[in-house]
Amino acid sequence: MEFKMVIAGFGGQGVLIAGQLIAETGLNKGKNVSWMPAYGPEMRGGAANCSVIVSDEEIGAPVVESPDVLVAMNQPSLDTFGKNVPAGGCIIYNSDLIKNAPTRDDVTLVAVSCNGIANSVESPKAVNMPILGAVLEMTKLYTMDDMKQTMEQKFGAKRAHLIESNLKAMELGRQAAIA
Amino acid sequence: MKKLMKGNFAIAEAAIQAGCRGFFGYPITPQNELIEYMSVEMPKQDGGVFIQAESEVAAINMVFGASGAGARVMTSSSGPGLSLKQEGISFLAGAELPALIVNIMRAGPGLGGIQPAQADYFQATKGGGHGDYSLLVYAPASVQEAADLTQKAFDRADYYRMPTMILADAVIGQMMEPCEVKSMDTRSDFDKVWAVTGTKAEPGSKKEKRSIVKSLFLNPDELNDHNKKLQRKYQAVAKNEVMFEADSCEDADIVLVAYGTSARICKSAAKITRELGYKVGVFRPITVSPYPYSQLKEAASGCKEVIVVEMSAGQMLLDVKVAMEGSKPISFVGEMGGIMPSPSQVVEAIKKAGRE
Repeated sequence: MEFKMVIAGFGGQGVLIAGQLIAETGLNKGKNVSWMPAYGPEMRGGAANCSVIVSDEEIGAPVVESPDVLVAMNQPSLDTFGKNVPAGGCIIYNSDLIKNAPTRDDVTLVAVSCNGIANSVESPKAVNMPILGAVLEMTKLYTMDDMKQTMEQKFGAKRAHLIESNLKAMELGRQAAIA
Repeated sequence: MKKLMKGNFAIAEAAIQAGCRGFFGYPITPQNELIEYMSVEMPKQDGGVFIQAESEVAAINMVFGASGAGARVMTSSSGPGLSLKQEGISFLAGAELPALIVNIMRAGPGLGGIQPAQADYFQATKGGGHGDYSLLVYAPASVQEAADLTQKAFDRADYYRMPTMILADAVIGQMMEPCEVKSMDTRSDFDKVWAVTGTKAEPGSKKEKRSIVKSLFLNPDELNDHNKKLQRKYQAVAKNEVMFEADSCEDADIVLVAYGTSARICKSAAKITRELGYKVGVFRPITVSPYPYSQLKEAASGCKEVIVVEMSAGQMLLDVKVAMEGSKPISFVGEMGGIMPSPSQVVEAIKKAGRE
């Protein structure tokens, strides 16, 4: 098994953290993992993306050329990386910020209202959580419980109060992917 | 237990676990996490000193001073900062002082850019500073290896009394991978009687002579002898410290040669093309100075073509040519400016070589 994904958006959407959660959960489950960020010199804003690989084998190039799953959090990300997804792959996109929805018929398209869901759980910064739920639903890579365990590890006691709303946003994203 | 760690953090933690108690540096992307980690963790260590110097030139000279006093110390930077440190590195080599220098390579020349590159190879392996000196240069290809080689580099620096270097591209510095940082503090294995510690020399004691740390020898005969001594040291390093990895080279028609992240790209390309029936090996130098010349020639002795892959205009390519001594055709795949060669570019090169 080798799963490769790219998560892309702009700085502040939590695309790098979302990728780390995927990688860290893979490590918890005894897989080989890599997480490779790419971002500019800006303190805030600017384009940001990360490549994540979860594999049973030794991982070669850590930069993902053709992802099994692309998560596009805004229009420029979809425009840049959409064409790299091979036929049979999956594009999960933030329908709140992407006005020109992808039209390819050789990949699975999943629209998730990331900002809408984050606002509905009163945690507007958690726009990266719904896409994680959608990734789980589309790939069956991990269970919600696996993610919960990773978040408890990563958030620590200081931010433990955020876990509940974040998991709620993740679950709503998962349900959006079913529909 | 393995933790998901950034390469820069892993190098910093590995250095602390190796007994490094002095860090002197100046911030530069893409190695900032290293200095950030040191600024938090080094002051917590018994005797630990962290200084953000006013410049890279000051930082390398602080390394010189602290090393001369017998401490296990390091500095880290990236391309432009390394250029500024070259004078100090030459002085360290001349004065036979151990220290670790880390270069997390970004694209050049000049300020260049902050994305990954491997264009500082000549500077690291052929002497960026003046004089007849060499460094022992390790080129890790994963976060775990970056941590392990950092610790080895401290140990070897003290053993040979010479500066050593970790030469890693920004991918290794920035990426996260599972890593377990071991504890490898070998400071007490080395009795640094040569260090300038303020103690008096006494006949009959371990310290018979005054310790003098210097690289100035105005008498040409004395300097000639000093240089010969340095060269004997580098010959011993070349004989004993070469490290490399040869993956499936024995029956390969095509041998890919690359270090650091480029080697990871080659492994991906080799995997893809082996499934198509090509016989592909990957030769990865782990020390790039000393270079595994004879080991490469032997590993590639049965192949039809050698392909060198780098994130540069082709710098290690020259060492591969020296190693192969004209015995095989050599082709090159490279990108510059922060662009990485893609596995599919290397796959194309393998297919092209296979058709010839």
